[in-house]
Amino acid sequence: MLYADTVESETLVHKPSFVVGMLLIFTALFTLFDLTESLFGHLMRPVIGEPSEAGFLGSLSVGFLVGLLLTINVVAIGFVRFRIQVLIVWAELFILFMAFFYGFDLNFEFIRSKIWFMVSQGLVTTLYVSALSITLAAMVAIVGAVAKLSSNGFAYAIASFYTSFFRGLPLLMQVYLIYLGLPQLGYVIDAIPAGILALTLCYGAYMTEIFRAGIQSIPKGQWEASRSLGFGFGLTMKRIILPQAFPLIIPPTGNQFIAMLKDSSLVSIIGVWELMFLARTLGSKDYRHLEMLVTAALIYWAMSICLELIQSKIERHFRTKSH
Amino acid sequence: MAEPIIKMTGVSKWYGTFQALTDINFSVNQGDKIVVCGPSGSGKSTMIRTLNWLEAHQVGKIEVNGVELHAKMKNIDQVRMDVGMVFQHFNLFPHMTVLENLMAAPMWVRKVNRSDAEKTARTFLERVRIPEQADKYPGQLSGGQQQRVAIARSLCMNPKVMLFDEPTSALDPEMVSEVLETMIHLAREGMTMVCVTHEMGFAKAVADRVVFMDAGQIVEENDPHSFFDNPQHMRTQEFLSQILQH
Repeated sequence: MLYADTVESETLVHKPSFVVGMLLIFTALFTLFDLTESLFGHLMRPVIGEPSEAGFLGSLSVGFLVGLLLTINVVAIGFVRFRIQVLIVWAELFILFMAFFYGFDLNFEFIRSKIWFMVSQGLVTTLYVSALSITLAAMVAIVGAVAKLSSNGFAYAIASFYTSFFRGLPLLMQVYLIYLGLPQLGYVIDAIPAGILALTLCYGAYMTEIFRAGIQSIPKGQWEASRSLGFGFGLTMKRIILPQAFPLIIPPTGNQFIAMLKDSSLVSIIGVWELMFLARTLGSKDYRHLEMLVTAALIYWAMSICLELIQSKIERHFRTKSH
Repeated sequence: MAEPIIKMTGVSKWYGTFQALTDINFSVNQGDKIVVCGPSGSGKSTMIRTLNWLEAHQVGKIEVNGVELHAKMKNIDQVRMDVGMVFQHFNLFPHMTVLENLMAAPMWVRKVNRSDAEKTARTFLERVRIPEQADKYPGQLSGGQQQRVAIARSLCMNPKVMLFDEPTSALDPEMVSEVLETMIHLAREGMTMVCVTHEMGFAKAVADRVVFMDAGQIVEENDPHSFFDNPQHMRTQEFLSQILQH
């Protein structure tokens, strides 16, 4: 939440000027879209006559009706509590979104026949590739962060070279370089390990910076107190600094995990049977591309939502623990 | 006489080109209570922080428990285990409960087992008179309570000497006395103490010697009686007249 002022301002969506403006803009917009042929046009038949012959006045009155309904809806939502507002707006946007997909004229029978395979093969692969990669990346990041903060020239140089390189190259290119490049050196590598390696190295580089910032944000006094009690460097890091840095590191790391979940789709190009790969291949045989893509999209989205919820739970856990 | 616990001989320290300490000669014997005072920026905090080498000195010799502190030493943690330090801003570990703060160093540094560490921790919480706060987090305590926990945390390591770096300067006025009382108790029990503080009442009550510093040098060092009633140096007189006005 942003800083909440003690003085309540008037609800924006209840200001007369805003309401009128909203109505005008919606009316203009829907008139422009010309909804006379839609469900609303047919409902308005008593007023505008045959929809296909209604002309500008017809589309204006349908546009006005839809605009009015939308405006009433917005004004009404303005009256309820914050949580209810969020729920209603989410539900409405979701329904609109589904209607949008529905408009693609998808073959649901086809989706139903493939979805189990997409979940059992694609989703599972995507999840375990991402989970393994983020875990390894976190380990790389701790080492990288300590190296970047160290006064040892070698450690710093290696760590900064590493972050520079892997943050500077497109992930797609890293996937290719590892999968196609390593065999040139005599190490033939399978698609899945290659994908995990690429994701680990790339995200490890980003997370090095996150961990470094987290470690740096712990006040110097904590180091001094710990060292003056006789804790060595490693013990201080493990027992004092990292536990305090974690609550700061977790939100951006959660972000990285969600990003990785989707970037793991890039390993489909080297033939890992994860969600994206299946979405492309399962559909192409029957020329049902869109069905599979939409399904995969919704699965990705659902996974991200789950992760967001888990992330906010963890954040809350840390917040209540340290006050 | 026994070897002093702390011995500084001709110690100088620079921050870049700024000289923070100039030719400090100073020693602390077993059981000594020493108060270090002086105007802000006089180097008193820097001096006390060189005693467990949170700050490095460049010239001269510092010996603690017979071990010389220098940049190449391997056993600095060994030395620090026996030197308790209390900071102006407490520096408790905010992610641990009070009890865990007290048990941390004995368990992880001295390798004491958990139940013994807890027993010691509870004893010292009793000593600083806040046993009921054991399971709270530092953030839930008042400044005075936090500082007493910090003192107890150092005591759990059974140190040979305690360093106090302006322990009451960050406290609200009404909490100063509870911390000073704890420190006076400690002094009466015979703990060897070096305290940087402006609390002249404390100095009069417990100090064996008062050290006055200005511009990185020890200007005057005397027993409290002579120090307060008959200061020898101009700068000491000025300083005392300023702080005793109130």
